Amino acid sequence: MKWQFSNDAPIYAQLIAQIKVGIVSGAFPPGERLPSVRDLATEAGVNPNTMQRALAELERDGLVYSQRTAGRFVTEDKRMIDAAKLGLAENHIKTFLLAMTRLGYQREEILDLLRQETTKEGITDGGSGM
Amino acid sequence: MAVLECKGLSKRYGHTQALDRVDLAVEPGRIVGLLGPNGSGKTTLIKLANGLLTPSEGEILVCGMKPGKESHALVSYLPERTSIPLWMTAGQLLDFYQDFYKDFRRDAAEEMLQHLDISPKQRIKQMSKGTREKVQLIVVMSRAAKLYLLDEPIGGVDPATRDYILSTIIGNYDPEAAVVISTHLISDVEKVLDDVIFINQGRVMLQSSVDQIREEKGMSVDELFREVFKC
Repeated sequence: MKWQFSNDAPIYAQLIAQIKVGIVSGAFPPGERLPSVRDLATEAGVNPNTMQRALAELERDGLVYSQRTAGRFVTEDKRMIDAAKLGLAENHIKTFLLAMTRLGYQREEILDLLRQETTKEGITDGGSGM
Repeated sequence: MAVLECKGLSKRYGHTQALDRVDLAVEPGRIVGLLGPNGSGKTTLIKLANGLLTPSEGEILVCGMKPGKESHALVSYLPERTSIPLWMTAGQLLDFYQDFYKDFRRDAAEEMLQHLDISPKQRIKQMSKGTREKVQLIVVMSRAAKLYLLDEPIGGVDPATRDYILSTIIGNYDPEAAVVISTHLISDVEKVLDDVIFINQGRVMLQSSVDQIREEKGMSVDELFREVFKC
């Protein structure tokens, strides 16, 4: 998994978002054991306490769960993963709509442009990966 | 108990005030960035913690003790300049450290050397500057110390070496120990830190956690630093 960080948001929040993407995209499949905090922190190049905080928050949301000795696992609850996916999608759409509104586009124009672009690019289900 | 504690700590060199009534505490399990422009007092603070300098006023405590023989056994120090004997081989350096420090984890050091393809037979003299810095960091991080004091560990090395050094610091994380990293290359270390201490002209200007700064100011520590220390 590729980790990237921007300057304008707390690191733990960015970690949460990126682990969610990993879960939704299947990089961390349902029911699978997550690497240890130390390994994940080393891989992402972040402070272990920050990684711990991100995982604790994901655990509170129910996307991951821990088993006392065996470590942390991705939830097997498909509905939960779908809900996380929808949440991520909604964020992308909100950002997109905000940017388009700033450019001065109206709702109908945005939808027209979007339709044009999707036919042009030939985007189909699962066409472009992550 | 704080691993490192300063109470009203001042240090003067003649008329120059290097540190001015510094109060701070570093708790175990934290990785702390000591950040400040050149000449702000970072190295003076680290040298005081090592007992290489003595305070003009106030006190500095390492695990509750004044710096001395007992505290040296708990502190692993990476000086600003490469200080390992150049005539030794990497293997001899490990012997040397093993002799000196009871807490030296030789297997960890050997594993890290091997990971970097550094032969124990290679002389330190024959190594590049970057490799020397890596070797020195390896021996420093291979101790199971309570306090790691790293003075500019990433200055003057290429970005790949920098990444290696930072991941070594993360990989050796110990919740019982604290790491203090002094640097002015903030954007590189920011993600590795729990807390930052801004120091300028010998005074502590700010002590906060990285994510608290990002949350409250909506900017990175690097950006905040540039704003605070604008020339």
